[in-house]
Amino acid sequence: MTPLEFFLAGTMSAATVFLLAALGELVAEKSGMLNLGVEGMMAISAAVGFVVTYQTGSHLIGFIVAGAAGIGISMIFAIVSITFLANQVATGLAVGILGLGLSALIGKNYESFTVTAPASIQIPVLSDIPLVGPVLFQQNIVVYLTIVMAILISFCLNKTRLGLAIRACGENPKAAESLSYSVFKIRYGAVAFGGLMAGFAGAYASTIYTPLWADGMIAGRGWIAVALVVFGTWKTGRIFLGAYLFGMVSLGELVVQSFGLAVPSQLLTAMPFIVTIVVLAIISSDRARLRLHAPYSLGETYDGSEPQ
Amino acid sequence: MQNERQPLLTLSKLTKIYGSLIANDSIDLDVYTGSIHAVLGENGAGKSTLMKLAYGVVKPDAGEIFWKGQKINYWKTTVARGLGIGMVFQHFSLFETLSVVENIALTIKGSQKDLIDHIRKIGADYQLEIDPTAMVNSLSVGQRQRVEIIRCLMQDLKLLILDEPTSVLPPQHVRALFDALRKLQNNGVAILYISHKLEEIRELCDTATILRDGKVTGKVNPNETSTQELATLMIGRSIPKVERKVSDHKSKNAILNVTNLNIKNPDPFGTDLKNLNLSVFGGEIVGIAGVSGNGQQELGRIISGEDLNGDLNLSTIEMFGQPVTRKGVIERRDLGFCFVPEERLGRGVVPSMSLSKNSLLTAFKKGMLKNGFIQDDVVDKYTDTCITEFSVKSSGNGATANSLSGGNLQKFLVGRELLLEPKLLFLSQPTWGVDVGSANEIRQKLISLRDNGIGILVISEELEELFEITDRMYVLRSGRISTSMQTNEVSPDEIGEYMIGEEREDASNALAV
Repeated sequence: MTPLEFFLAGTMSAATVFLLAALGELVAEKSGMLNLGVEGMMAISAAVGFVVTYQTGSHLIGFIVAGAAGIGISMIFAIVSITFLANQVATGLAVGILGLGLSALIGKNYESFTVTAPASIQIPVLSDIPLVGPVLFQQNIVVYLTIVMAILISFCLNKTRLGLAIRACGENPKAAESLSYSVFKIRYGAVAFGGLMAGFAGAYASTIYTPLWADGMIAGRGWIAVALVVFGTWKTGRIFLGAYLFGMVSLGELVVQSFGLAVPSQLLTAMPFIVTIVVLAIISSDRARLRLHAPYSLGETYDGSEPQ
Repeated sequence: MQNERQPLLTLSKLTKIYGSLIANDSIDLDVYTGSIHAVLGENGAGKSTLMKLAYGVVKPDAGEIFWKGQKINYWKTTVARGLGIGMVFQHFSLFETLSVVENIALTIKGSQKDLIDHIRKIGADYQLEIDPTAMVNSLSVGQRQRVEIIRCLMQDLKLLILDEPTSVLPPQHVRALFDALRKLQNNGVAILYISHKLEEIRELCDTATILRDGKVTGKVNPNETSTQELATLMIGRSIPKVERKVSDHKSKNAILNVTNLNIKNPDPFGTDLKNLNLSVFGGEIVGIAGVSGNGQQELGRIISGEDLNGDLNLSTIEMFGQPVTRKGVIERRDLGFCFVPEERLGRGVVPSMSLSKNSLLTAFKKGMLKNGFIQDDVVDKYTDTCITEFSVKSSGNGATANSLSGGNLQKFLVGRELLLEPKLLFLSQPTWGVDVGSANEIRQKLISLRDNGIGILVISEELEELFEITDRMYVLRSGRISTSMQTNEVSPDEIGEYMIGEEREDASNALAV
């Protein structure tokens, strides 16, 4: 692999972590649920996924259990904020911190252990094309499945009744309820889906992308995923592009090092976050765009009480 | 005759209690197929609650519901819709970021293409044309109502419930709506029509159930009942008339002048104000007619000083001959300007604070502060004066603002501002959600102020109100304002023409593009 091929292939792999988590958060936010616990959900799933994969040797089982862990912790968020009507921001932050703490506990005896990443798929013929082949056609199956997932989610949100119902809940829960949709069920479902996807993102990060366990290995990727949803103005296509952009930026460190440039590595590590802040500031300044695309009732608790 | 037939829907002894308020007290109602049945009552009489019970949005605390004589035990919206009941809410249940057809697809099954064809067909059959692919946020209030009605018509409709459907329509569109409803009636659909407008009900409905304070006070045939009789059943006495003569104290110079006001709204769902001119003289009441959402809110905030737009010319807004474009709310109030916003709770008063504390918010310059400390005795005295002079029903100056009824709170708000002795008063929807008696008191008060030389600007959706109290009128639509018209020289239909003129222009522009 040439350095360029290595860089581009790495971008796709790095982007998959962001994309998985951001797609889940997108669905949750479309239903009106702002879950800021993505970082913690990813961390706990990364730990669980790693431990299970290490013990069983099966990445598939690792992914399944990690997804279940993601759903499990997202349900704490759902119960507190949907059933008990707590503030979504505060609850999300609390659950996120809980997740980070639990991940350290679960992974305590596995610090610096490694698992073998599964072999990449080699698509015959196509993978032999110079540059394009190694970048596009020699990736892990999860990379491809994530792209398929993005397309499915986009289709579901825009073209199906379920998608309309989810968007209706995020836009005007009272009106959705008056059309006899259960805001309660839809929001629970959307949050659970967000948890599942964050779980997959965590498992991908700890068993495939960097197949080793180290405490704090999620390193802010969950936060970038949350920011990506805003960056993409709640549109699947833009979130997809954003994830690949951030995947590229997060590899900047490697590139600079391989070219031997004297840039402090701390600055490069901080790069994705700096870019996040700049991008969010620019997008948030455009009120019109936000109003057109943001779920109108995002972050608002819905008590479902009878209207007077 | 009718009573021998089986009623389609029967509400029997329905009761609904909210806290200490009995919204509906043991109400009986029968609706028959092919009948347009009015539910008449003033604001707060319990009409909307009753319709929400009928549609299954809220559960009754007592009472039973029958459909074609069969008792229904689990009355929910899904059940009601399944039986063929549709409801058009007063505050629409549409989703702004979805298109018309997407909104309809939320409740009606079918492919997008079939739904679009169906929407077009209904539009043609009932003269309710609408572009199925348009985004709801681009539609006018009247068009949104059309979408809601179409949504109901797309199911197998047996009973249609409409909650104050004409409050958002210009007179010409009201006629179109009535035509569509009569057509539905001929097709065998029963209609429950909620309104507080007596004339409308006499024109359209064959049966009327009248509610007052949550109780049924009468069941009549409105065609055979006079307006006075209906009014007596509705409010317990005949509707008081506002007394007024033509203004003869008009000041020489305008005390409010808005010149070439242009504002680009940063909110894509808001309205841009375009080249807007208006003036108010002392000793006259000037009205701004038009359906809400045509720039009323934006204009209101600019005149009150809540929105200061740095791009405006210094002399765009003048009060008492002085430019105030860059002056904030307090500076404008210092000049003798007072303001009553349309949202009483939250913008007019702080809901959880006492009436005294709420007086302090705007009247603090009336000796209520000494070295920055609140003089409670002065505040309480001011509040007590307001309560007695404007007959505000409350438990005293310590009552929280949200414990008052809409009418009493509005009287308090108007009183609080009037005690400041304004020279220029601006009110937005002054009698919105206010009972007939209080509304009348407020209107009479405004006229006596005008006779004392005060200039008053009123934004209102209620044409009847504007015709009752104003001397001159403008019409606001799509952020543009009409020329000034003398109230006694125009008819409601002419005002209505101005209210819909823009929509036609927009439509022809759209075709040209």
